[in-house]
Amino acid sequence: MPNPWVFIGLFIIIAAIIPIGAIVVALILGPKKPNPIKQSTYECGLETVGDSLVQFKAQYYVFALAFLIFDVEAVFLFPWAIAMNKMPLYVALEGVIFIVILVAGLVYTWRKGALEWV
Amino acid sequence: MIDLALVLEWVIKSLVVIFMLLGGFAYLTWFERRILARMQTRVGPNRAGWQGLLQPVADAVKLVFKEELIPARADKVIFVLAPILTVVPATVLAVVIPFGTQVILFGRQVNLAVADINVGILFLMAVASVAVYGIVLAGWSSNNKFALMGGMRSTAQMISYELALGLSFVLVALMADSLQLSEIVEAQRTMWFVVLQPVGAIVFLIVTLAEVNRAPFDMPEAEQELAAGFHSEYSGMKFALFFMAEYQKMIVISIIAVTLFFGGYLGPFIGRFPWLGPVYVLGKVVALLFGMVWIRATLPRIRYDRLMDLGWKVLLPLVLGLVLITATGILLADEFGNSLVWSIPVVSILAGFLTVGLVDRSLRRKFNALR
Repeated sequence: MPNPWVFIGLFIIIAAIIPIGAIVVALILGPKKPNPIKQSTYECGLETVGDSLVQFKAQYYVFALAFLIFDVEAVFLFPWAIAMNKMPLYVALEGVIFIVILVAGLVYTWRKGALEWV
Repeated sequence: MIDLALVLEWVIKSLVVIFMLLGGFAYLTWFERRILARMQTRVGPNRAGWQGLLQPVADAVKLVFKEELIPARADKVIFVLAPILTVVPATVLAVVIPFGTQVILFGRQVNLAVADINVGILFLMAVASVAVYGIVLAGWSSNNKFALMGGMRSTAQMISYELALGLSFVLVALMADSLQLSEIVEAQRTMWFVVLQPVGAIVFLIVTLAEVNRAPFDMPEAEQELAAGFHSEYSGMKFALFFMAEYQKMIVISIIAVTLFFGGYLGPFIGRFPWLGPVYVLGKVVALLFGMVWIRATLPRIRYDRLMDLGWKVLLPLVLGLVLITATGILLADEFGNSLVWSIPVVSILAGFLTVGLVDRSLRRKFNALR
């Protein structure tokens, strides 16, 4: 039995060929008559002012930090979830303590007002 | 030495899965338009072919012959790359799904799964979060303010709902004792996990709606405020690819929900006729997709701060609690007899009602403060 990841790689290649092929076919078949008005940035009929690639205020900055912590937590919980009932009781309890610590962190972030959308 | 027939078998299976998703995408658009139309007392597309069944073909032909506009100020390489990056993860998600047990085909034992890896759930989690990159890059590379806002919103939404999604995967791993999707399905032979953990299934369905940017969580492409959001600048085939990614994700996420909570390919007589597996999957998936369309026809779009609140303050604590409840229930069942496993659904439903009650109280308080 060969390694299944080889076939996942093969699948990704086949899956990538389809959108690339679609874009190429459309490139060949579609008309190409560009002009400056057509290629201008769409903004509901108004002339665009300035560039859009500016330093934008990411309002979810704090959310992103919290997300990082909890996402790593979820990944840590997977091995625990599998092994929990094959191990002694204290392993299960340690997982519970781990979750409780993170809940405390969530409560702290919440009380600090970091989860308010501003 | 790699067996050539085996390679051929895997390539054929991959192609079957990919073209099944493509066909599913085409007919899901027709299905959704017809059902939405019926729910709004219209008729919907019924001109191309019998009952409009050729409408997807007509749409595809039209989109292929459209002119592709690339805005002069866009980042051209990323602009072309973004739709591809959005479509590929949506397709690749389907690679680990088991569609049935084994069938005999041309004298060969054929496994009805493309790659049944032992870390299936982790693979799903990883690929599902890659999908947001295409959307963010599309928003950024368009150099358009609406598109940038759409991309930003999709990131914020992803980071809020990915957590609850990951933790509901943990729920399934707890109940099935495995990360391999075929073993998860086999673990549901006696009882579907939706019976054991109904609240977890509901949370999973809500979260996946947000993951695929479907109504009522379709903020990144909110037509009324962002003029199609991250794909404002896309036209022709590239627009079709974004559309394809969204609908393929809908299908795949329904298949995942079916596999994790609704018994996957299991159904009556599956032991005697293994060919029924894909049929059962299809039936359950169509039911879930109908639910998604129904939700789109029913619920208005949720306000943006409410969306973040729902993810962080309602679903995340609830699903953390559910993990604790499920773990405790399994330990109790191991120690003091199997019937205690029923404490999981009972306590979970109580926790679900408690959450709904608390949300209701907080919303009422806000409403009264406004008056």
